[in-house]
Amino acid sequence: MHANILVIAEHLKGRLSGIVFEMLGKAHALATETGGGVEVLLMGHGVRALAEELGLASRVLLCDHPALAAYTPQACLDVAEQVIARRAPDLVLIASSSMGLDIAAPLSVRLGVPHVSSCRDLRITAGRAIVTSQMYGGKMLVESHLDLRGAIVSVLPGAFPEDAGRIAREAVIEALPVEGLDAPHMRFTRLIEQSGTDIDITQTPVLIAVGRGIQNRENIAMVEELAAIAQGAVCASRPVVDQGWLPMTRQIGRSGMIVKPKLYMALGISGAPEHVEGMKDAELIVAVNTDAQAPIFGIAHYGVVADIADVVPALTEALRNAHAPA
Amino acid sequence: MDLTAAPFLGIPEYALLWALSAVCIGLFALRIAFFVRILRLAKPESRLHHIGKRLRMVMTDVLVQPRFFDRTSAVHAIVWPVHLVIFWGFVCYAVTFGWSLVKGLVPGLPIPWPEEIPIVATLVDLFGGIVLVALAIAAFRRYALRPRGVKRTVDAGIILVLIALVMLTSLAGAAAGIAGRGEATPEAWLPFAGMLAGLFTPSGAPALQHAFWWSHMGIVLGFLAYLPYSKHFHLLASPFGVFLGQTDAIGKMRADDSAEVEGRFDLRDFTWRELLTPLACAECGRCDRACPSYNSGEALSPQDLVHGLKEHVLAAGPLLLRANGGAAALRPAMNGAFPPDAVWACATCASCMEHCPVRNEHLPLITRARRRLVSHGAVDAHLRDTLTAFARYGNSFGQSERARAKWTQGLPFRLKDARKEPVDVLWFVGDYASYDVRVQNITRAVATLFDRAGLDVGILYDAERNAGNDARRIGEEGMFEMLAEKNVAALSHCTYNRIVTTDPHSYNTLRNEYPDYGLSAPVVHHTELLLDLVRGGALRVSPLSIRATYHDPCYLGRYNGVYDAPRALLRAVGVELAEMPRNRRDGYCCGAGGGRIWMEDRPGSGERPAESRVREAVALGDVTVLVSACPKDIVMFQDALKTTGNEGALAVRDVAELVLQAAAAFAPAAQEV
Amino acid sequence: MNIVVLMKQVPDLVEELEVDAGGTLLDRAWLRFITSEYDDHALEQALLLKEQHGGTVRVLALDMGEADEMLFTALAKGADSAVKLSGDFATGIDSHSAAGIYRHALEGASFDLILTGVQAIDDLDGPAGAMLATHLGLPYIGVVSGIDVDTANGEAHVRKEYPGGLLAEFTVDLPAVIGIQAAMQPPRYVPISRIRQTMKTASIDETAAQGERIAGAISVERMYKPERAGSATMLEGSADSIAERLLDILTEHGIGR
Ligand SMILES: Cc1cc2nc3c(=O)[nH]c(=O)nc-3n(C[C@H](O)[C@H](O)[C@H](O)COP(=O)(O)OP(=O)(O)OC[C@H]3O[C@@H](n4cnc5c(N)ncnc54)[C@H](O)[C@@H]3O)c2cc1C
Ligand code: SF4
Ligand code: SF4
Repeated sequence: MHANILVIAEHLKGRLSGIVFEMLGKAHALATETGGGVEVLLMGHGVRALAEELGLASRVLLCDHPALAAYTPQACLDVAEQVIARRAPDLVLIASSSMGLDIAAPLSVRLGVPHVSSCRDLRITAGRAIVTSQMYGGKMLVESHLDLRGAIVSVLPGAFPEDAGRIAREAVIEALPVEGLDAPHMRFTRLIEQSGTDIDITQTPVLIAVGRGIQNRENIAMVEELAAIAQGAVCASRPVVDQGWLPMTRQIGRSGMIVKPKLYMALGISGAPEHVEGMKDAELIVAVNTDAQAPIFGIAHYGVVADIADVVPALTEALRNAHAPA
Repeated sequence: MDLTAAPFLGIPEYALLWALSAVCIGLFALRIAFFVRILRLAKPESRLHHIGKRLRMVMTDVLVQPRFFDRTSAVHAIVWPVHLVIFWGFVCYAVTFGWSLVKGLVPGLPIPWPEEIPIVATLVDLFGGIVLVALAIAAFRRYALRPRGVKRTVDAGIILVLIALVMLTSLAGAAAGIAGRGEATPEAWLPFAGMLAGLFTPSGAPALQHAFWWSHMGIVLGFLAYLPYSKHFHLLASPFGVFLGQTDAIGKMRADDSAEVEGRFDLRDFTWRELLTPLACAECGRCDRACPSYNSGEALSPQDLVHGLKEHVLAAGPLLLRANGGAAALRPAMNGAFPPDAVWACATCASCMEHCPVRNEHLPLITRARRRLVSHGAVDAHLRDTLTAFARYGNSFGQSERARAKWTQGLPFRLKDARKEPVDVLWFVGDYASYDVRVQNITRAVATLFDRAGLDVGILYDAERNAGNDARRIGEEGMFEMLAEKNVAALSHCTYNRIVTTDPHSYNTLRNEYPDYGLSAPVVHHTELLLDLVRGGALRVSPLSIRATYHDPCYLGRYNGVYDAPRALLRAVGVELAEMPRNRRDGYCCGAGGGRIWMEDRPGSGERPAESRVREAVALGDVTVLVSACPKDIVMFQDALKTTGNEGALAVRDVAELVLQAAAAFAPAAQEV
Repeated sequence: MNIVVLMKQVPDLVEELEVDAGGTLLDRAWLRFITSEYDDHALEQALLLKEQHGGTVRVLALDMGEADEMLFTALAKGADSAVKLSGDFATGIDSHSAAGIYRHALEGASFDLILTGVQAIDDLDGPAGAMLATHLGLPYIGVVSGIDVDTANGEAHVRKEYPGGLLAEFTVDLPAVIGIQAAMQPPRYVPISRIRQTMKTASIDETAAQGERIAGAISVERMYKPERAGSATMLEGSADSIAERLLDILTEHGIGR
């Protein structure tokens, strides 16, 4: 049976989110496997340029309307419902993101179809979708099987490779009419950029943490560089903050901040209980330490027994190369 | 000679003296009545048991004043003799003043003037002179040396001048007397007055003597009126404060007696004894100097807390009295008198109380304020998480209670489960000893020693909860009760003869507070038990050759007086002990107590207490080990070693680790931990 | 300002989770329950709004885990009433069915706002609050970390979190359902004595849960623990080869793009 898949796109400040390409790449692979097609629903106002980036899809369904200029849950929900009802896809993929979380579950109620959240892996076998979801804070994986009758799957960012969706190809764009957005109960007013004196590390998904192994203030510069390239922030164990090398707002641990980033890279941190308490729930923990016996390796997912001064520049370089346009 | 028989401006002088006395004593009495009425608004508290002990406290702390002896530096050490001289001079002058007053008020009373008795005259003269010297030293110290934590208030200046004037007028009067007598042999030995006598001519002397007598009486009467309106009210209140001081173990906190009245936190929430504290305070600053938080630049000054309460009493008291206790006079004591930052900065080390010369009790005030803050949920996020963890898992680590005895895994012998079989000794392990990976080695060392000594010992495994000592001192009384009830319930299902604990905080509450919840077994600390085992030969040791210093954990030392057992145990295993300058009752807190270990760091504070302590140990120069007997100390000092860069210079060890080292030679061949 | 808060109990991750013999459910023998973190924030936000605007806070919960303890704690914190919806929830309940039950319980009730956690760690089929909004025909916004209510105009200004520290502000007509990510203040601490007191003096309204269970829409075939060794996978080799490996790992996790 061929599976027709609809991907709902999201964008912010004129850019498509990376997760859109992850879903598109995955959907493309599945559709190819089963002989189906992929459509992407793009809602917005004046976003044809974004539609052009989605060439991998069989078709980009473009809903352009002033009321969709900024993402508004209610409007997007209404439009998505109409489109799904009309196109009747076998499977709908929505990002498990701030925007996707608002609409996926209500769509399933409105359309009377099942919904599975937190998807980390997705296969299609014997006419059914097999979804692996990450539940209980990542402590359990749950495999559920869905009939391909319009089921909705919310996909966790990072589940699939993004590159697979970024294949440059001329997009087939179909503009769809948009109706019934006149009396909204919900109005977007503005975007607020977090200002403040220092960044809020509890809200930063990538944290590069330095401990006493950093040895001196000057060495922090190279870590700042790594953090910048990884789009993260530098934080620290208490001794580093005590030295005054970083402000108190960057201290992780019992007497500092409790964080749950996607990545926590512990550089030269031994892993004292007071420190671990602040970061143990990070999704991915990578530790670099010269001491193979350091307790931090007991909670890290990946460990490197090496000197910061060797690993950090090499990793910065590797990230920089990966970013450079091929 | 009748000094007040003659008329002045037509009025007999004794009548003038009557009038002056009436005004001054009246002012004095009014103020005393005011304080008494305020104390009567406060909550009741019983302070009349242990009369013998109370009298002993008065004998020493009022008559000898050993608490004034402050070893920390010469500028503080000098205060003890100076104050003692001024005090006794004051007593002497108070007696002769009363005597003179009676004589002056009732001319013709058939008793002599005090100065007419040679021995009294000599005493008065000697005290007058010595006190003047002492006053000069005191003034020099306060105004020229300006030691830290000693305030230079107007009040302090006035009192120095007033006392000096009292002495001077008396000496001058006596000097004029000598001058007036001319060549006649002196009746008494008056060295100081004798030195001044040359200043007066025989002819003018009698009138001057009369005038000096009057000024002396006037100044003292004025002093009497001024006293209770100034900080020097402590002169009167402190002997009562000492007499009514705490005679129970300081480790036993009173249960929460605050009625749950939303929004009300005023004078009436304190007991009368708590309100006496600020009245008895001499503003000497000893509590501040002894306070680890104050010394670390935290927002806490125990002296200011006490003083803040006094200001509150003075401001809110009259309102409250006028309103007759009515709600109209509501004036909350929080914030103003008890800034939350200060209240939370306290490590409950009891050093302030131990060093207060008038036996003031700071901790009950702090706990009261904390309880109030907790009842409003006003705790910082980290403390909230810790309290929540206590409630859910019974430990501060937020780990499952099922993991409590994980540290026993890998022991080469089985530790009895006291819930399932009778034991002689029930070991209450404590949170840090159970859960903290850095302390677990020590806990295993203790277990090994117990095993080697053939001790019949068991633990509660999953059924043990945090003992609640610190929860109570955080001000979360309900939590303490809940934890205590659970522990007592678990213990009540076990058969055992005594309890040993590796945790001084647990030790304190198990020993002093759990009896109220039904625990009756004796409680010992592991150092006490190990000492018995070594002395009794059950544990064989070969002497180590280590030079070490010992840190007194607050809850073992100051709270429970266990100073000797750990030291004796260390000596018994051949450790050569060097004492840090701050030892025993002067021991310096590591800063972890009272929930401090779970609170957020605040920016801008200075050297942490544990860092100060580590530096103190390093400064001894020739010790290689800083020994303690409290798991929280181990954690704090290990951290401080790192932050002060002393990791190479010193090792931090529990007493038990050294004992195990000393016992190594006698280990069964198969057993190595 | 009358606010309804939906709260639920979820497995406490402090305990090791185990899969039962059937292979599709958590082993209940070892489970211990805790209030869903986001729901705690929803309650806090409701209490803050009540303090500001007056009104009432009513908490609704299904009878799962330590529901009583959770509801008494909510009352001790300042909620005005607590309702426990009882039924057979021994093996948990999916969000679709839960939303159906809430709908039944709330239809015809009067309120200005429904607050609930934006999600929970066991929401396999999505957050119930968002579905309830659909059932009741009310607007829904999730991932919200700030609310100001304008009672005069019957609307709320909510701030929704976007990635990268951005916030989007929306105006929503009331009544509405809001999925709370974080309250404007961390959830308050309530002393044990107050909870104990509340248990003695206050009571929880208990009613039977109604509304059909929408079961079987998704069938869970397998539940298992991810391979995650107790200790780290060690990377070895030259600095450059380690860097390459790290890069792959980060990419796998969608980081650093
Ligand atoms: C009450 C209390 C509260 C506390 N609160 C906090 C808190 O909130 N946050 C916190 O972080 N700590 C806190 N601490 C301190 C904590 O106990 C530890 O001391 C601290 O976390 C240690 O920091 P660290 O790992 O950076 O230093 P260390 O423990 O000294 O570790 C340094 C590590 O760097 C490694 N290393 C050295 N050189 C290199 C190199 N060139 N390359 C790679 N690795 C190298 C070493 O092998 C070592 O493992 C608290 C302590 C107490 C007592
Ligand atoms: S108990 Fe200790 S920390 Fe608290 S005020 Fe007294 S001296 Fe300071
Ligand atoms: S409370 Fe005691 S130690 Fe502190 S200033 Fe007053 S008298 Fe001195």
